[in-house]
This record gives sequence, C-alpha cells and structure tokens, in this order.
Amino acid sequence: MTISAPAITVKALTMAYGSFVLQRDLNFTIAQGDIFVIMGGNGCGKSTLLRHMLGLKPPASGSIWYGEENFWELPDDGQARILRKTGILYQTGALWSSMTLAENIALPLLHYTDLPPAIIRELVSFKLSLVGLAGFEEFYPAELSGGMRKRASLARAIALDPDFLFFDEPSAGLDPISARILDELILELRESLGATLIIVTHELASIYAIATNSVFLDANSKTMLATGNPKTLLRECTNATVVNFLTRGTGNREVRTV
Amino acid sequence: MDDTVRHLAFTSEQLEDWDTRLLIFLRTVITSARQLTIEIDLSGLPPGAKRLLSLSEAVPEKTTYAKSAQDFLVTRIGRTAINLFAKIQETATFTGEIILAFVNLLIGKSPFRARDFFYFVQACGAESLPIVSLIAVLVGVILSFVGAVQLQMFGAQIYVANLVGLGMVLEMGALMSGVIVAGRIGAAYAAQLGTMQVNEEIDALRTIGISPVGFLVLPRMLALMLMLPLLCIYADIMGILGGSVIGVTMLDLSLIEYLEQTRKTLHLSQCGQGLLKSSVFGVLIGYAGCLRGMQCGRSALAVGEATTSAVVTSIVLIVVSDSIITFIINS
Ligand SMILES: Nc1ncnc2c1ncn2[C@@H]1O[C@H](COP(=O)(O)OP(=O)(O)OP(=O)(O)O)[C@@H](O)[C@H]1O
Ligand SMILES: [Mg+2]
Repeated sequence: MTISAPAITVKALTMAYGSFVLQRDLNFTIAQGDIFVIMGGNGCGKSTLLRHMLGLKPPASGSIWYGEENFWELPDDGQARILRKTGILYQTGALWSSMTLAENIALPLLHYTDLPPAIIRELVSFKLSLVGLAGFEEFYPAELSGGMRKRASLARAIALDPDFLFFDEPSAGLDPISARILDELILELRESLGATLIIVTHELASIYAIATNSVFLDANSKTMLATGNPKTLLRECTNATVVNFLTRGTGNREVRTV
Repeated sequence: MDDTVRHLAFTSEQLEDWDTRLLIFLRTVITSARQLTIEIDLSGLPPGAKRLLSLSEAVPEKTTYAKSAQDFLVTRIGRTAINLFAKIQETATFTGEIILAFVNLLIGKSPFRARDFFYFVQACGAESLPIVSLIAVLVGVILSFVGAVQLQMFGAQIYVANLVGLGMVLEMGALMSGVIVAGRIGAAYAAQLGTMQVNEEIDALRTIGISPVGFLVLPRMLALMLMLPLLCIYADIMGILGGSVIGVTMLDLSLIEYLEQTRKTLHLSQCGQGLLKSSVFGVLIGYAGCLRGMQCGRSALAVGEATTSAVVTSIVLIVVSDSIITFIINS
C-alpha cells in the first residue's frame, strides 16, 4: 500500500436524473489514505455523487474506478467485493428502524462473515463503545436522539473495518462539541483503520481541520470548479465562487480553524 | 396612467403601520411603472419596507431545478409515454428480483430472517381475525337476509343454507378476506417499505450487499400467501355461522337442519375454488403492496401515495382476477 496510489478515480462523469443534468465532466482522483471532501452548495449533487460511487445509481456517462477496476463494468460479484470494503454514514442516518442497534451493527457482520454469535456480540458492543454508545445495544433507532443516531450509524459503517468510508454530512444536526468529537473520531478511525475517507460536508472548520484533498461542485455551471487541498485552494484558487464558499462570503483568505 | 406621468415618489409620514400587503401593492406599482419607463423614487418609503423590497428582487433565479411549468400537449404525451415505459420496466425488474430471491431462498442463499417471517405471519393472520370475523359474519347475515326474502315466497327457506354456503365458499369468503387484508396488510407493507425508502434504509441494505427483495419483500409476501387462504377458510366458516343465526331465529329452521343442508350442498371442489382464489389474491396483494413501497419516492407525500395506490391496485387486481378465475372455471 503506497500512500499516493489512486484509490478511486472519477473519469468524465455525468450525473443526471432523467433529462435533468446535475453535473457533467467530473474528473478527480482520490488517493489511498486521503481525507477527501466533496464541497458545494445545496442541491448541486453531492449526495448523488456518493450514490454513483456506492453502486446505487448508474452514471449517465463516464466511469468510476476503484484501483484498476471500472466499477460499473464489473459483474455483480465484483461490485459486491468492492462494496464489502466500504462503509457509509448516510445523510439521514438510515439505521434499520425495525432492528435494535445491536442487530443493526451485527447485520453486515452476519452477512459477510461466519463469526460465531458470541464474537459478533463482542464486536458490536466494542463498536458501540467506540462511538460513545456503550450500553445502548437493545435500543431501537426511534428511541435515540438525532445525534446519537448519527453516531450509531457511524458504528454500523465501521462494522466491517472498511477501506473506504463515505460520510454524507456527518456533522449536520450535531452540537459544536459533538461535531468536534466526531471530527476527532473520524481522524482516529483513519489512523487506526488506514481507511480512505470521502466526506460531504459544509463545515468549513472541519474542512480545514481534516481534509487533505477536495473537489468543489457548482450547481450553476453544472460542473466541478476546483480540486485540491482546501487550504491550498483557499490561498491560490482564482475562481470567485470557490473563494466565496471557502471564505464564507467574506473574501478573507486566512485559515480559521477552531 | 396617462403619458404625462414622469416621476413616481412615495410619502409615508402619515403611515403608522404596514404589513406585507403594502409590499405587494408597491411591487405591482413599481413593476408597471418600470414598464412605462417612469422614474421611481423609493426614498419616501419606510426603511424596513424599502429593504424588504430590494430583498425580494435580489432572490436569484432557481437554476438547480429546471422544471418548465407549461409544456406542449405533444411533449406531455411523450413524457407520459416514457414514464409509463420506465414503470413497466421497473415492474418487470421487480418481478424478476422476486423470482430470483425465491430461488435463492430454496437453495438456502437468501438473507431471509425467520423472525421477520413469523412476525408478519402473526400480523397477517392472528391479528386479522377479529375484523375478518366481524365482516364475514355480517356478510353471511346479509346473504341469508337477501335469500330469505325471495325463498320464503316459495316456502323454500331451507335453501337459504345453500345460498349462504355456496356464496361464502365460492366467492365472498375469499373476496372479503382479500379486501380486508389489502386494506390492513397491503397498505402497511407499502407504508413500511416506502418509509424505509425515504430513510435510505433500503440503500443501506443494498450497499452492504443484501438484496432488499430477499430480505424485506420475500418474508412479507410469503407470510401473506400462507395466511390469506387460511383466513379465507375461517371467513367461510364464520359466514356460514352468521347465515345460520338468521336461519334459526327468523326462518324457523333448526341449527342441525341448517348445517346438514349446508354440508349436502358443498363439495370439496367448491372449497378448492375459493382457496385457489384466495391464494391468487395473496400473491397479488403482497406483490402490489411491496411493489408500491419499493417504487416509493423520497418524501412523506410519496409514502401516502404509495399506500393509497397499493390498496387501490390490490382491490382492482382482486376483482379482475376473481372474475377471470370464475369465468375460466365455469366455462
Ligand atoms: N430521485 C430524484 N429524482 C429527481 N431529482 C432528484 C432526485 N434526487 C435528487 N434530485 C435532484 O438532484 C439534485 C441534487 O440532489 P442531491 O441530493 O445530490 O444534492 P446535495 O448536493 O446532496 O444537496 P444537500 O447539500 O442539500 O444535501 C437536487 O436538485 C434534487 O432536486
Ligand atoms: Mg445531500
């Protein structure tokens, strides 16, 4: 595993719902071990981009490569092999509401491994304690607060010790302290799992604090405006829309992290 | 306005209070003034109103969603046709997925959870009993009333037992239990799956490699296919009992006489016909409910539509398939 090997490459991707084109001509590379941030205004297609990368929606045109493999050309079992290495934290949490937290986290383990129940039970409570929810095994998602649900679904996302972790707005709806703790947790997960992280977020503080690479999507021009380390972009990017976003509309190019 | 007006100004010293209606009036005035190229001076307006007016003009055009409000008729027809085609494709895919999931279940490669299955068996079966009892008894009572009025004229009240028995076993038992289950269970399936669609729970299943059809749809459908024929038999019996109550209390028949007459009338093949129907209904209701749930869009509104559409589709399918089966068997 060399650090800069391209892990995911997006080539000439066009995203569309029917005849309504969201984004065209997206080209960027995510390296192994990156913390890659997808930025852009509401409705520019960030969640949709994740859906393309996760095999939930075939692209209108273009391709997505995991290493040397073109994801959408692979047979079903090839796609499943790649998805086995991913974990996803959905924008809405997406815990299975008819199951307890323990069952939620155990399901991927049961599906992909032959571990005995006792070990699975231990793994589940370990993952729950990682996100600060020890003792909540028998709770149903409806019995948790929004922030706790986010953390629980993070525990589910890391159930299989994935190589690729996708986050759709992980800190939306969290209080500032919890958001900060989540950032730290994400960083620690990367250290300990060696995972590549792909994060959709609007939190500038987290972007500067953790991102190593990024892409900026724009709804008006329907394409990406920039890609690179956000701190570098903040210093060097000349595109007015990107600068406006990165400086929260102030034009002040100083990095401010909390 | 006549052409000599060149300048438009406002004064508001006398104005004590204002609300959005003032702004709307002002905007209309300003828009028409602009069209007539009249010079506008807003300085006399209350400062708050001035700010709000400029804000309302600063709203950028929506660029992300380009839905045109008015289309030509031909465009609309074309779009409807394309949507219809996509729907048919979706339905075919769903059917294929169900068959595939069923095959996977048979060869033991399905994520099927027995616990879910028994949960739905209970929801469809045991929990439907009270309402099915009520409706079936009442339908038996109604049938025997309708028959009694006619048959009494010929002194042939005993044939009420034939009418009720045949009516329940051939038709009403299957139909009534089908309609009740469509309302209770078909709707619930669509709502559950639709909500899971909204919450991205179905996506979450797909991305961990579990087929939502095998995991969610199959236990639901199998439970329904198993329980509906049983409910149908139960409804038949309750209907006959309901009919017998009228027979005994109003037609001076003894209970033994009534039941004996029913037994003589009914053949096993007739019960089979009712069972065949309810088995078909079970498949159709489960199919319609799950299909609508899985097709559901990503909003609360869409869940409501999916539920309604599941019930309507089920009932239409029930009645249509009922008449087709009856026609085939009797011709
Ligand atoms: N199922 C769908 N059918 C049609 N259009 C859709 C559908 N889902 C999303 N869209 C449209 O696609 C656009 C992008 O949606 P998406 O969810 O990817 O945005 P996003 O960048 O994640 O926004 P946010 O920051 O608000 O989460 C939106 O304008 C939305 O209207
Ligand atoms: Mg989104």
